Amino acid sequence: MTSLKQIFGGDTRQFGMIFALIALVVFFQIMTGGNTLTSGNMMNLFNGNSYILILAIGMVLVIIAGHIDLSVGSIAAFAGIVVALVMRDWDFPWYLGIVVGLLLGALIGAWQGFWVAYVGIPAFIVTLAGMLLFRGANQFVGQSNTVPVPQEFRFIGAGYLPEIGPDLGYNNLTLLLGFALIAAVIYNEMRTRKRFAKIGAEAPPVWVSVVKMALLCGVILYATYLFATGNPGTSFPVPGLILGALVIIYGFISTKTIIGRHVYAVGGNRHAAKLSGVRSRRVDFLVMMNMSILAALAGMIFVGRSTASGPFDGTGWELDAIAAVFIGGAAVTGGVGTVVGSVIGGLVMAVLNNGLQLLGVGADLTQIIKGLVLLVAVAFDVYNKSQGKPSITGLIMKNFGNKGKPELPTATETVISNDVSAR
Amino acid sequence: MKSPGRMRMEHHKILEMRSITKEFPGVKALDQVSITVEAGEIHAICGENGAGKSTLMKVLSGLYPHGTYDGSIIFQGEEVEFKDIRSSESAGIVIIHQELALIPELSIAENIFLGNEPARNGVINWDSVNAQTLELMARVGLREEANTAVKDIGVGKQQLVEIAKALSKSVKLLILDEPTAALNESDSQHLLDLMAGLRSKGITCIMISHKLNEIEQIADSITIIRDGKTIETLHVKNDGVDEDRIIRGMVGRSLESRFPDHTPTIGETFFEVRNWTVGHPAVADRLVCKNSSFKVRRGEIVGFAGLMGAGRTELARSVFGRSYGNFMSGEIFKDGKPLTLKSVPQAIKHGLAYVTEDRKSLGLNLLDDIKTTTVSAALKKITHGLVVDNDEEFVVAEKYRKSLRTKTPSVNEGVAKLSGGNQQKVVLAKWMFTDPDLLILDEPTRGIDVGAKYEIYGIIQELANQGKGVIVISSELPELLGISDRIYTIFEGAITGELARGEADQESLMKLMTARRKTA
Repeated sequence: MTSLKQIFGGDTRQFGMIFALIALVVFFQIMTGGNTLTSGNMMNLFNGNSYILILAIGMVLVIIAGHIDLSVGSIAAFAGIVVALVMRDWDFPWYLGIVVGLLLGALIGAWQGFWVAYVGIPAFIVTLAGMLLFRGANQFVGQSNTVPVPQEFRFIGAGYLPEIGPDLGYNNLTLLLGFALIAAVIYNEMRTRKRFAKIGAEAPPVWVSVVKMALLCGVILYATYLFATGNPGTSFPVPGLILGALVIIYGFISTKTIIGRHVYAVGGNRHAAKLSGVRSRRVDFLVMMNMSILAALAGMIFVGRSTASGPFDGTGWELDAIAAVFIGGAAVTGGVGTVVGSVIGGLVMAVLNNGLQLLGVGADLTQIIKGLVLLVAVAFDVYNKSQGKPSITGLIMKNFGNKGKPELPTATETVISNDVSAR
Repeated sequence: MKSPGRMRMEHHKILEMRSITKEFPGVKALDQVSITVEAGEIHAICGENGAGKSTLMKVLSGLYPHGTYDGSIIFQGEEVEFKDIRSSESAGIVIIHQELALIPELSIAENIFLGNEPARNGVINWDSVNAQTLELMARVGLREEANTAVKDIGVGKQQLVEIAKALSKSVKLLILDEPTAALNESDSQHLLDLMAGLRSKGITCIMISHKLNEIEQIADSITIIRDGKTIETLHVKNDGVDEDRIIRGMVGRSLESRFPDHTPTIGETFFEVRNWTVGHPAVADRLVCKNSSFKVRRGEIVGFAGLMGAGRTELARSVFGRSYGNFMSGEIFKDGKPLTLKSVPQAIKHGLAYVTEDRKSLGLNLLDDIKTTTVSAALKKITHGLVVDNDEEFVVAEKYRKSLRTKTPSVNEGVAKLSGGNQQKVVLAKWMFTDPDLLILDEPTRGIDVGAKYEIYGIIQELANQGKGVIVISSELPELLGISDRIYTIFEGAITGELARGEADQESLMKLMTARRKTA
């Protein structure tokens, strides 16, 4: 068990989620007679869920900081319609359309952030208002009509990596991307081992590193193969690419930068953070604003995929995003959660959705099953905590194992940890 | 219920816990602990933090139900097997926890009868509630309206409400966990008097306390627990017990002195606050700091003495980047130059550090691990470009773990798992890493056991030796007298006196802490 954990890193929860995801994929692969892991279906999965996963990235930061955002679906819809209109009526080129969308997101975010951070109204209320406000704004601006977007704009929602270079029977860019990822995985693992040596900490055994790399590389290779061998004209989808870039960027921000640390600090104990010199209002403002920018981006990707912006785009997205974040291990009380975990949580929901669809399960049953999954996932977490294994260590994908000379825990520590978990 | 058997019990043991052993995964929290409590006595349980006192009380009160521990409990001559707190309460054992379990928004009466409401068919009989409340409040000496919300009365009175609640359940054995930890001197004294009063009415009390002077004053017998084992039971009158005797039992050795030796090297005045006036954050026209002036010299440990609520914390926090109250007037000088500190980040930048009295709710993010906490107030120091350097974080945390001798298997442990003393060391490390010139330590040894206190004093003196100024705010006068080079007294938001090390004693301080300043 310890070795397994060393291989997968993270805490029990994250560990459990990765396993659940793999188990789900395998289960559906068998049940659908091999229709799950096909090029077409995988592309579908990414195309059809990337906007929810992007929302989950913003949402986990909001939730870590101790807030919530119910308005993301409406903001996505509002940004979508505005972008569609400026491109249709004012002849904005697609790239300016994207800029307009992101700026609009920032503006809306600043509006909501202002109320939350500087007026001190709970985010639940501010964004509940925002949900109504921007849904109305979408329908007002678009007069409840559906507005199509130009062909070039559809690239961000339904595009694929183009074909370049010699025809080897694979999509070359996808191959390149896959190999680059594998190189990055190997480089990262080597670097981590070197760091352990440098600071005098005990690194996990070599075979753990090897197995970990082999597994990861295997998965990446297989995915690369799937995406590179799809129908002609398809390859790795652009929304997936955007999602990947965002996971890396936000994963980095949340774990490696000062602002990221401050988000966790504010959510963990706002008063203590303030007295440590954290400008908590600025943190609140930024996470709310960031969420709206990502919502606008998600809205545009969706519009690109569905070729038009409509009055009911984005309905219920906020709940999907919030569910993904909590399945991914975040705590309702704030201070806990990871970007990677939330995306995995979102993928679990996505695979579930997709697999049930392939099996021909109706929307009614699918909802019931998804509801139960959310409940069970969080119950698992709560149970773990009540067993005195707080799943907080997964905050940062743990790079360190045991270090130094571990002393035996004293009675004090165990008793106190039990006290804490009993509360 | 006055059977002959019960009458005979009066001067016998009311409670006997025999060979209680309680194990948590990997550790024995209690190892064959036995304790005998006589009926009608006040029995103190002493031990360092983590010795097993609270665990023992949780076993007794049924929080750890029968079956999860080994050993037996005999209460009033019968072996009892409590399943939960309800079953121990119905037997007449009530525990009052250190963190009070009152609902702030509910009234005193509602709190006293919460979960125990006199009712018929689910409809509460409020007349009966109010009548009984008045009677109970009179018994505990609480002068308040029965319908006052608990959040509007002070901690001292809240404690009395807890006791009234216990009395309403016809308690026979009352357990008080650190009852005076959050109380000021006069509230503490009132509580101790009340306990003595209960004793005369035949109610047995078990008290857990770190305040050895109180134990010496009121307890009839003392059981000392160390590392999960019973060490001894002392009878205060017969055995001639004093504080030093208790400490010897608790730490297993005699502490030569409670304060490390220290010869101060005091330099120039470098930090000065003049005419500092601050308004209450919520109540207009109420001042929490009145025209206060003080100065700190390099290498000096300055004590702030005052009763709880005198405005010590308010003064410190308002100086620390106006993190409390409405700033009204006053000046700060550092190294002779005026300084305006409008925010906490500014205060940190200019070399101030403030260690709060309330570690858990204001000082620590209990979700964090040790290394994250250690660097959290000076993240810039380990950030290169955009990236927080995790290696450096680890190295820094390790450095402080070693130099402050924080007891932990690794700096990756969560701070929530540490004992109070070790948590305080982590907090100190966090502020030491900001490399401050002036450290303000608010109750730095609250909730910390004797051995760890000694170490904290050593750290404070070491900081002073490095030429930093240290302000220590404390309610414990012996502590202030033991480590301060100079002491200011504070009363109702104003500084009422300044005494040098040689001139100060408990009596002179107490006078200044309770008397209004002679018109200055």
